Amino acid sequence: MRIKTTLATAALIASLMGTAASAETLRYAFQGTLNQLDPYSLNETFTLGTLGNVYEGLTRRAPDLTIEPALAERWEVLEPTRWRFYLRKGVKFHNGNDFTADDVVFSAERVRSEGSDLTTRIGADVKVEKVDDHTVDFVLTGPNPILHYEWDTWYIMDKEWTEENNATKVTSASDTTPNHASLHANGTGSYKLVSHEPGVRTTFEKNEDWWDKVAGNIEKVEFTPIGSDATRVAALLSGELDMVFPIPVQDIKRVEDSPQTKALTGPELRTIFLGFDQKRDELLYSSVKGKNPFQDVRVRKAFYQAIDMDAIRDKVMRGLSTPSALLISPFQYSRASEFTRHPYDPEASKALLAEAGYADGFSVGMDCPNDRYVNDEAICQAVASFLARVGIKVELNAQPKAQYFAKVLASGGYDTSFYLLGWTPGSFDSWNVLTNITGCRDDKGKGGPFNLGGYCNPKVDELSAQILVENDPTTRDELIAQAYTIVHEDVSHIPLHQQALAWGVAENVDVVQRADDQFHYRWVVKK
Amino acid sequence: MLAFTIRRLLQAVLVMLVVALISFTLFRFVGDPVNQMVGVETTPEQREALRERLGLNDPVLVQFGRFITKAARFDFGTSYQFRQPVAELIGRRLPATLELSFVSAVLALLVGIPMGVYTGLHRDSWLSKLFLSISLIGISLPTFFIGILLIFVFAVTLQWLPSFGRGGVVQLGWWSTGLLTWSGIKALILPAITLGLFQMTLIMRLVRSEMLEVIRTDYIKFARARGLRERSINFRHALKNTLVPVITITGLQLGSIIAFAIITETVFQWPGMGLLFLQAVQNVDIPIMAAYLMLIAFLFVTINLIVDLLYFRVDPRLRVERAAH
Repeated sequence: MRIKTTLATAALIASLMGTAASAETLRYAFQGTLNQLDPYSLNETFTLGTLGNVYEGLTRRAPDLTIEPALAERWEVLEPTRWRFYLRKGVKFHNGNDFTADDVVFSAERVRSEGSDLTTRIGADVKVEKVDDHTVDFVLTGPNPILHYEWDTWYIMDKEWTEENNATKVTSASDTTPNHASLHANGTGSYKLVSHEPGVRTTFEKNEDWWDKVAGNIEKVEFTPIGSDATRVAALLSGELDMVFPIPVQDIKRVEDSPQTKALTGPELRTIFLGFDQKRDELLYSSVKGKNPFQDVRVRKAFYQAIDMDAIRDKVMRGLSTPSALLISPFQYSRASEFTRHPYDPEASKALLAEAGYADGFSVGMDCPNDRYVNDEAICQAVASFLARVGIKVELNAQPKAQYFAKVLASGGYDTSFYLLGWTPGSFDSWNVLTNITGCRDDKGKGGPFNLGGYCNPKVDELSAQILVENDPTTRDELIAQAYTIVHEDVSHIPLHQQALAWGVAENVDVVQRADDQFHYRWVVKK
Repeated sequence: MLAFTIRRLLQAVLVMLVVALISFTLFRFVGDPVNQMVGVETTPEQREALRERLGLNDPVLVQFGRFITKAARFDFGTSYQFRQPVAELIGRRLPATLELSFVSAVLALLVGIPMGVYTGLHRDSWLSKLFLSISLIGISLPTFFIGILLIFVFAVTLQWLPSFGRGGVVQLGWWSTGLLTWSGIKALILPAITLGLFQMTLIMRLVRSEMLEVIRTDYIKFARARGLRERSINFRHALKNTLVPVITITGLQLGSIIAFAIITETVFQWPGMGLLFLQAVQNVDIPIMAAYLMLIAFLFVTINLIVDLLYFRVDPRLRVERAAH
């Protein structure tokens, strides 16, 4: 009896110690707030990345960003225009409801409905057909090899839960009554939402019934937004937080030097580039009247070759950027390494300008955001001083993003002559870049909405139309290479670099840093 | 009295309307809210549709009229960022700001008055000189810098106090308080010092100069001649007479403490209204900005109204003057 009691006590202590060792709480901060929990109301990396811990898509992405099955066990292309997805069986939502084909069909309709910011996830003409409870067909009007590329962030919602709570309509900014789905979440993912106070704190706990295994050992998660850079870094250094992101470039060394913390850096997917107004016959902001110097490829190339990207990387970005020859990250295009930048050569640049008839240079206004990308204003200043060396006088107009975007985007009438912009193709694919950034557009933006300068080469458009429907990956990559070659030779834009991600992590914590800047709790190990 | 009150009330309403109009005009220049509400890939047509639904394409006067009629019913619309009713969001953040402001004001009084008395009485002691130098720091250093300095010393280096947030809070009905938990009190210390430092130095210098005036007066000399104890003279006679302007200033400063908590709240990620406002500015969340500005205007107008009425009550000369008309 006595022995039995001792044993029982020992077992009890062991089990208590076991839970004590594994019941880890992860505390982390991000610079922005988690404004909403409705997975379709904001197409933004941080929101979708955080919700990716609670919700899941039919597919998901591994640490190296390759596509993996998630809620769909597997899929096949029955005909070029019919894709069949076999859904995982026995998966439950956090409220206990079963995950079935009805939820997929429902989510497909909701994500394309009015007010959704993720309408690009599935084309409006795609038909979603339920075959049986665990099989769904997607019927397309034309072949689309990248149909499922963005589905890792098209999260599946529970039909019954959403309908019960009158949240069928996507939470929109013009709503007058709060939507249940914007404050609550019911997914199938590895962590459950416990509490959410917008802009203050959000907490999560591990989903013990998750269909897959959580690789890390985090039981509870506490998220706080900290907007002030100095405070965010201080909270990490003082040991109050286990992880914060982003770390401003100037603080990376401090985080590295502290024995309790480390900095994780890696290339981000976003490409920063400069663009020229090539559409107007006279620039809005320039000393050149009666013609547009940027319509001459020699001038564009002269600008390109006047800028020393290595210097910008070393001085402005403190080594934390990767100069880029393409408008897409090498992570997202397999043949990116075949392209090299036009070399930095101020003499060649001057010669090109003289050849184009601008031996004495000219002045041009430049628009630049100052709170959107890493060191955006400093990059523009560096660009301006490089251009000054070849006789181009840049009048820099650096503004907060709110004013900047209001001016340069379609809504502002593309009111710019020379600008800096960053772009991440949400689909992880070049077609997105070739249409949004380099596709011919009209004055309203139809064709290439984010081609602010209105670059237009019909050959590129032709190729991008072929790329859209080409199912063979090798042929497709070849077509993409051809399009990028034209864009590169035309100097449609000046690709600058991919900026770096910088996360600060406590020394005793291991995390997985994905190049898309999404932070997933299930890979976090706290020692 | 009644006529005076009514006149003051009407003036107050006018001030509120003017504040509303000015802030509304300013919103034309803060940028495009729609761009902050959608992801990059949203097409121009979808953006235009959203702008139409939000009524942003209407003429300014129409938008202003709509805002005023709704505001009169305490309906400030829906936040663009959070898609929640603004009144509710602000209501939830109000306790944090009020608690911080109140504690800062109390701290400023409790520390500022004794320091002022001391420096007034012992003008040449080295401690007075130290206090005066500290007060110079309080007046000349910007708030955010003091905050970051405190975080660096007490949170990062010494690790005694938290660098951000409010710690644990207890919900009392709709009011959330951090004063009932140990972590909540610890979290309050640094922000309260940061926010109160300027007021503290102001009060200290005010008390000091008043003290210097008062101890030169005849009745103090007379009290000395009567052989009263120093302590009793300094605190019962002198200090009491310095307090009238101190109370006035403190009352008026309470409004600015609440209004200027923005910076302190941002540095310490204090989840109050100021932080909400600053985030709203960055994201062009016009409904929150409008409601916050109206609230602060209301606060100032109310405090001024109370002070005016109090003067009317306290100062008989005001009443006599009016009666003579």
